[in-house]
Amino acid sequence: MSILRQSSPVENPLTDELRANSISLNKNRFGKAFWRYRYLYLMLLPGMIYFLVFRYGPLYFAQIAFKDFKPLAGVEGSPFVGFKYFQDFFNSYYFTQILTNTLIISLAKLLFGIPPAIILALALYETAYKRLGKVVQTVTYLPHFLSWVVMFGVLLALLSPGDGLVNNVISAGGGERVAFLTTPQVFQAVLVSSDIWKEMGWSAILYLAALIAIDPTLFEAAAVDGASRLRRIWHISLPSLTSVIVLVTLLRLGAILDAGFNQIFVTYSLPVYSVSDVIDTWVYRQGIINFQLSLATAVGLFKGVIGLLLIVVANRVAHRITGSGLY
Amino acid sequence: MLKALKFRQVSRTRPLKSVADQVFDRSVGVLLIIIFLIVFIPLWYVLMISFTPLGYKDGSTLFLPPWNWSFEAYTQLLGEATFMQATLNSLFITLLGLTINMVLTVLTAYPLAYKKLPARRIIMTFVLFTYLFNAGLIPTYLLVKNLGLINNYLAVILPGAISVYNLFIMKAFFQNLPESLEEAARIDGANDFQVLWHIIIPLSKPILLTIGMFYGVTHWNEFFLPLLYFNDKVMMPLPVILREILSSSGMSEYVESNAASAVSQESLKMAAVILAMLPMLVVYPWIQSHFTKGVLLGGVKE
Repeated sequence: MSILRQSSPVENPLTDELRANSISLNKNRFGKAFWRYRYLYLMLLPGMIYFLVFRYGPLYFAQIAFKDFKPLAGVEGSPFVGFKYFQDFFNSYYFTQILTNTLIISLAKLLFGIPPAIILALALYETAYKRLGKVVQTVTYLPHFLSWVVMFGVLLALLSPGDGLVNNVISAGGGERVAFLTTPQVFQAVLVSSDIWKEMGWSAILYLAALIAIDPTLFEAAAVDGASRLRRIWHISLPSLTSVIVLVTLLRLGAILDAGFNQIFVTYSLPVYSVSDVIDTWVYRQGIINFQLSLATAVGLFKGVIGLLLIVVANRVAHRITGSGLY
Repeated sequence: MLKALKFRQVSRTRPLKSVADQVFDRSVGVLLIIIFLIVFIPLWYVLMISFTPLGYKDGSTLFLPPWNWSFEAYTQLLGEATFMQATLNSLFITLLGLTINMVLTVLTAYPLAYKKLPARRIIMTFVLFTYLFNAGLIPTYLLVKNLGLINNYLAVILPGAISVYNLFIMKAFFQNLPESLEEAARIDGANDFQVLWHIIIPLSKPILLTIGMFYGVTHWNEFFLPLLYFNDKVMMPLPVILREILSSSGMSEYVESNAASAVSQESLKMAAVILAMLPMLVVYPWIQSHFTKGVLLGGVKE
C-alpha cells in the first residue's frame, strides 16, 4: 500500500474522482480506487455472491433445455438435442391453449383492473370526508398483503355452492347456484375479479400520487371559470393521469406472460385446467410432477426470453412516451 | 368591521359550497362507502362464519349477533399440534428470512447508492439483468437440489434473499438522503460501515419498515416454495396447512373434527383463514403510513 501511495501524484480530491470514474488500465490507480472504496466493495460482496449463485447459477442448468436430460447422467453427460423440445412444445396442442389462457387472463386483469383503481384514486382525492377516505384507504390496501391461500378461503366463503355469500344472494334472487371455482365458463372471471378485488387499493396509490402532484392553481382557475367538479376531473385530473396510465400499462404489458402463478396455482383444479392452465402452472406440472425436466425447462426459457424482449421494449417505449420507466 | 372579519374567518375554514358541490361531495362519499363495503363484506363474512356455532339456526350470516359468537373453532385449532407446528414453522421462516433479506439488501443497496463508486454501472447492470430475465422454475429447482438444500429451510429463503425491486427502492431512498451528514462523519474518521450503521440506518426507518414488511409478508405467505422443496410434512408452513384444511378432503388429517366436535367444518376453515392473516392485521396498521412513500420510490427510476 505504501508503494501505491508514493507512486501516485499529489493528493487532490478532484483528480482523485476523475481517476475513479475513468476506465484506466493503470493498475496502481485502479488499486488505489479500489482501496479507497474497500469497505463499500466488502459490503457488496455477500450480495454479489448471492446474485452469482442464485440468479446466474440457474443459467447453467438452463442448458438442459437443449439436452435430453437424464438426472443420472447429469447436465454435462446428457445428450445434446438442439431445439427438439422447443419444437415439441410449439407443435403440441397445449401450446395454443396455455398461451391463449396466459394472454387472456393477463390482459383481462390489466384492462379491467385499471378503471377501478383510477376511480378509487379519484374518489380518495376528491372526497370532502377525509376520515372516510383514510378508512377506505386502509381497508382497500389490506388485501394486497393477504396470501392467495387466504384469498382462496375468502373465495370459498363467497362462492361455495353450498353456503357461499354470492350463491346465497343468487338463490335468494331466484337463480341457480353456481360452482364458480369448478365451472370453466366462469372460472377466468373469478380469477380476474378476485385479482382486481385484491389489488385495487394498492394500484390506486400510484394514481393518487399523480393526482396529489397536480398544481392546485389549475383547479382554482378552472373553478373561477365556472367549471363543475366533474368537468375539472375530466379536463384536469384525468389528463394528468395519462402518463401514469401509459406507464403502468406498458410495464404490465412487458410482464404479460406472468398471469399470476400463485393465484392460479392455489385456486385452480382439474375441472378448470382447460381455461386456467398458464405457462407457469404448466411448467410446474410437466417439470416437477411429470418429471419432463428438459421440456419444462425449454418452455420456461421460452417464456424468459420473450419476457426479456417484451420488458426491454416496454421500458424503451415508456421512456419515450412518459420520460420515465422501470429502469 | 368586526363582524366582517369574523365572517371572513369562518368562510376561510369552511367555504360556502354550491348545491352542485354538495351533491358531488355526497356522491363521492357514497361511492367510497360502496368501495369500502365491496372490500369489507367478504372479510367480515369470513370472520362471521368462523364465529358461527355448530347448528346455528340461520346457518352462516353476515349479521351474527355478538352474544351468539362462538370461539370454539379457534380453541380447537390452537389446541391442534399440526396447526401450531405449522405456525411455528412460518414464524421461523419469516424471522430468519427477514433477517437475511434485510442485512443483504441494506449492505448491497448502500454501496450502489454511492454514485462515485468505481464499476458501479457494471454492478448495476449485473443486478438489473437478473430482474429482467428469469431462467425459469426448473433450472432454479435443479440448482437448489444440487446445493443439497432439499428439506432445508434455507431452500425457501436463499433463492429470494434479495428482491431486486426492493433493492432498487432502498437504493433510491439512500440516494435521496442528504450527503452532508455522511461527509461530516467521514471527516471525523468514520469508515463506511460506521457511516452506514450510525448515520444511514437511523435516518432510514420508514424505508426499512416498508421493505421489511414487503419481505416479511412474502415469507409469511409462502406457499409454493415449501411444496416444491420440502418432502417432510412436519416442515410445512401455515399456508400449506391452511390450503389442506380448506380443501375439505385434507381436513381430517389436520384437525380432528369427529362427530363429537362442537364446531362445523366451515367455522374451522374460516377460523384458520383468520388466524393465518392475523399477524398481517396486527403489523399492518402500524407500518401502513410509510407504504406510499416506499411504493412511489419504487416507481421512480434512477
